[in-house]
Amino acid sequence: MVMQPLTILIAEDSAADRLLLSSILRRLGHDVLTAANGAEAVDTFRQQQPHLVLMDAMMPVMDGFEAARQIKALAGETLVPIIFLTSLSESEALARCLEVGGDDFLAKPYNQVILAAKIKAMDRLRRLQDTVLQQRDQIARHHDYLLNEQRVAKAVFDKVAHSGCLNAAPNIRYLQSPYALFNGDLLLAAFTPAGDMHVLLGDFTGHGLPAAVGAMPLAEVFYGMTAKGYGLADTLREMNAKLKRILPVDMFCCATLLCLSFQRRSVEVWNGGMPDGYLHRVASGERTLLPARHLPLGVLSPESFDERTEVFPMVLGDRVFLLSDGVIDTCDANDQLFGVQRLQQVFAANRQPDALFEEIEQALRQFGGETRDDVSMVEISLLEPAQITPPALVYSDSGQSCPLDWSVSFEFRAATLKRFNPLPYLLQLLLEVHGLRSQSGELYSVLAELYSNALEHGVLGLDSSLKRDASGFARYYQQRNTRLDELQEGYVRLHLQVAPTDDGGCLTIRIEDSGKGFDVERVMARPMDDIRLSGRGVSMIRQLGRNARWTDDGRSACVEFIWKAAQ
Amino acid sequence: MSVVTEVSPDGQKLTISVKGRFDFAKHQEFRQSYENTKLSAVVVDLKDATYLDSSALGMLLLLRDHAGGDDSDVRVVNSSTDVRKILAISNFDKLFDIS
Repeated sequence: MVMQPLTILIAEDSAADRLLLSSILRRLGHDVLTAANGAEAVDTFRQQQPHLVLMDAMMPVMDGFEAARQIKALAGETLVPIIFLTSLSESEALARCLEVGGDDFLAKPYNQVILAAKIKAMDRLRRLQDTVLQQRDQIARHHDYLLNEQRVAKAVFDKVAHSGCLNAAPNIRYLQSPYALFNGDLLLAAFTPAGDMHVLLGDFTGHGLPAAVGAMPLAEVFYGMTAKGYGLADTLREMNAKLKRILPVDMFCCATLLCLSFQRRSVEVWNGGMPDGYLHRVASGERTLLPARHLPLGVLSPESFDERTEVFPMVLGDRVFLLSDGVIDTCDANDQLFGVQRLQQVFAANRQPDALFEEIEQALRQFGGETRDDVSMVEISLLEPAQITPPALVYSDSGQSCPLDWSVSFEFRAATLKRFNPLPYLLQLLLEVHGLRSQSGELYSVLAELYSNALEHGVLGLDSSLKRDASGFARYYQQRNTRLDELQEGYVRLHLQVAPTDDGGCLTIRIEDSGKGFDVERVMARPMDDIRLSGRGVSMIRQLGRNARWTDDGRSACVEFIWKAAQ
Repeated sequence: MSVVTEVSPDGQKLTISVKGRFDFAKHQEFRQSYENTKLSAVVVDLKDATYLDSSALGMLLLLRDHAGGDDSDVRVVNSSTDVRKILAISNFDKLFDIS
């Protein structure tokens, strides 16, 4: 390769040597600047920025060592190679040439061939440095650009992700690294119309924008379906189908989805591929594991997806902990993992349940040399329903087309009861009636209780007294799944009637089932106590609805909701 | 080479052995190991794999897809305790024959 001509500064007090060097360099095709001492050399450098300097060590006014130091300082990050010209021969003096910033030296008398070769070598170094600097600046620019993109994406995403109740609910505490989203971690929480709380902690495979992109549709399905009153099973099926459809084969989302019911004091859990969650029982200090029972979301086809959940009873103050693998995989300085055992130890050492969350945080801080950016952790506690205030729903229509006088009947038969949850549709229909909107929570709770009583105790013939203790509770829900799978016949009929009254309106809900019924008088005689896990449904219906009554040996239930017309 | 392939004498079985960390860095190599092969049976040998992350799980899904999805015959063998734990949390034993 032909060398590009360089501008070379010769600093040399001997006029004869200057002349000799100049003519050699010009013959090699370079431009030459000259200086007779160090001070002149520094001045010339400042004014004309040559590419390379040949520097005599011993000069009057300012010697080559000092001039080299100053020129290097002026050059900054740019590499301006300095080759010392020297008749010195002691190794100490030669070493000094390099110590003050020289890049090489050339012994007098000059050898043309070696001089040319050294200039070439120095030029290679100079160009290398140039390239490195350019690339560094380019990377820095790209990096800034990327960070900015992430900031914008995060701002958009925060709007979506935090439209739920994550920050507003008094029973949620969470820890999430600010850029966790770009590590694929996702935390969502929202209220159902009945006042239950749905929480999702997810972890997408992969990093960066691809992971964040998958989070958007997931969040949309979560909020949309939760607000409409869909249960975990429907929501899970929809999330899985959606992710399966849009994500590439090698991308999926590990997730734990749970439904915390303040009314029923229970938690329903589905865990696909996340680390064990924990149900921490405050009274006994015991922990129930909530392990992964399923493949992550987005792996299986809709036909083979398994949305079966587990249900556990809770008492006031009990809390559920969910965490991402970033917590367990936090590394200390020696690459040791924090691990499940250390986490368990923190649980075991805890005396004050309210401090548990901080204690885990603290244990992680003390353990980990560096904090990972994919640590997500959430604690959800069971409070009294009165302590939880779901936000009021916002409706956009004017009320001109509000339906006020109608009735409708449904019959849901076995094949439908197995898979389909009609409640969201029914609720949507009923909320077209403006007068009912302020009672949407109560309405949904009553509908849900009536429907699950008719299905579980009626059609499926499940014994509610099973739910008296914790192990029976689990058995109850296992039986529910089995019997539903095997269901061949039976029905739940639902009649809704909306009629105007003098000062408002009245909704009558009647529900019938094909089951054996129950001893109405005995159940009604029971006190409306709050402590038992079983039988809470009936008392809730009686408290929230009006004129609740059971006929036909308990196979038919009827309840009313009334409202006053707006003035 | 950290991903080694071997085809059985009858040409029916492809064995893919992964050495060291099985993570995103092996993406290219792992895909190339089966891409141009018509697959009937596949064995992924993790005897020398020390670690497996979620992108490795994704790679296994890609392989399964390439090998016929639900009709594929993909076995994962010789996984260490740690690796098996990761496969268990993800419930991958529902998709792969793991031993």
